[in-house]
Amino acid sequence: MPAGAAMALSHERRAAASILVGVVTLAFAVLLQAQLAQPAFPRLTGRVVDEAGLLTAQDVAELTAELADLEAKSTDQLVVVTLRSLQGYEIEDYGYRLGRAWGIGQAGTNNGVLLIVAPNERKVRIEVGRGLEPQLTDALSRLIIENAILPAFRRGSFADGIKAGVRDIKDVLLGNAEEVRARVQRGAKRSAGLDPMTVFFVLFWLAIVAFVIYAMFQQAHQRPGAGPSSRRVGQRGDPVAVPGGWGGSGGWGGSGGWGGGSSGDGFGGGGGSFGGGGSSGSW
Amino acid sequence: MGTSTAGRLPIGLLLAIAAATLLTGCGINAIPTYEQNAKAAWAEVLNQYKRRSDLVPNLVETVKGFAEQERKVLTEVTEARNRATSVQVPPDILTNPEAMKRFQDAQNSLGGALRQLMLVVERYPDIKSGQNFLALQSQLEGTENRIAIARRDYIEAVRAYNTELVTFPGRIWKWVLYPSAAPMATFDIPAQDMQAPRVDFGTQKK
Repeated sequence: MPAGAAMALSHERRAAASILVGVVTLAFAVLLQAQLAQPAFPRLTGRVVDEAGLLTAQDVAELTAELADLEAKSTDQLVVVTLRSLQGYEIEDYGYRLGRAWGIGQAGTNNGVLLIVAPNERKVRIEVGRGLEPQLTDALSRLIIENAILPAFRRGSFADGIKAGVRDIKDVLLGNAEEVRARVQRGAKRSAGLDPMTVFFVLFWLAIVAFVIYAMFQQAHQRPGAGPSSRRVGQRGDPVAVPGGWGGSGGWGGSGGWGGGSSGDGFGGGGGSFGGGGSSGSW
Repeated sequence: MGTSTAGRLPIGLLLAIAAATLLTGCGINAIPTYEQNAKAAWAEVLNQYKRRSDLVPNLVETVKGFAEQERKVLTEVTEARNRATSVQVPPDILTNPEAMKRFQDAQNSLGGALRQLMLVVERYPDIKSGQNFLALQSQLEGTENRIAIARRDYIEAVRAYNTELVTFPGRIWKWVLYPSAAPMATFDIPAQDMQAPRVDFGTQKK
């Protein structure tokens, strides 16, 4: 469009043009987002997701029992996942995204761990959620990989390596009984029903809505009336119209705890805060 | 008189409710929300960089015990660390690309020096096999990985915030309510990260 024509645009036309610019920019942003796309993740079908087919049904059942036992004792969620392909990503890069996508770990405590095996890339990784980084440190993860997992993998026995890894991770996570108890309590406190602030906010708003409805109901009935009764309504109405009260709807934002848990058979997390803890190995 | 005030009141109220819902629905809070997200992501970046510089003295000590003759690399690492920790982080660093670049450069040179140190260590099987070094090495790897993720999260948070400032509803809210909201500076990938670390086989032999 020539500059002269643009300057001749009326006010509305200019507004429309800026809206158009906005829409185009938005479309651009959507495109950008598509570029930053995630790798494709397998579905979270249980505690053991054997996409690469390294385990027998027997192995899967044994491991699932072990992992369920861990969660029962400490609420920590450990998930074993074998992948056909890393889709060109580094295993460190793939791992934390998978943990976030699946939402492994309890909401609030983020005590999730992934044991990721990519046999085609010959890579293995223990990906540790933020909540467990102090217990399952990078150094310990590395030792487990080097000493328990890799020797079996080098022999070609994936099942043995994974089982040994799970056993050692469990040992580390359950190692300090005192600490485990503290962690369970912390988790329980966080997820114990609704927190009082939320309850307060919900009640507060319910009360206001109820009051408004009540006031309107009253007015509807008293409209034909005159004199003293209508003045009374006016007095009652005054405190309702507190304008500042309507801005504070921040209390509704706190639903973060519900994200994540996509689950196959009743298993799912809610945590999923992974920041790159853990260690990787290769064989 | 009575009927008119009585009739107007609930409509005003309803309008207020509707306005509140509509306003929050169409992103009046989006700019401050994204801004806080980006700031939190930035705090995590700083946190992880600090973690790395805290690791360095231990790492240097451990290597020094085995390879006194690699003094040059060790001094480089120590100096890079001192430079990185002495860079002032001004409060407006997020909206100040200049300061951001200084900070980045210092951290990148520490990263480069550390990579160099790790390459040197490859020549010393004694160091490599030591448990102490193995632990330090995995901590360093883990920290580098955390830095990478924190930076990526920060870039993503800034992208969301900057996009909000220039796209349609956000653009209007910025104009009306948040005129001081400025786009934030982001990281660019340092040149040395674009290429794989160079291994010189000529000097690799002892």
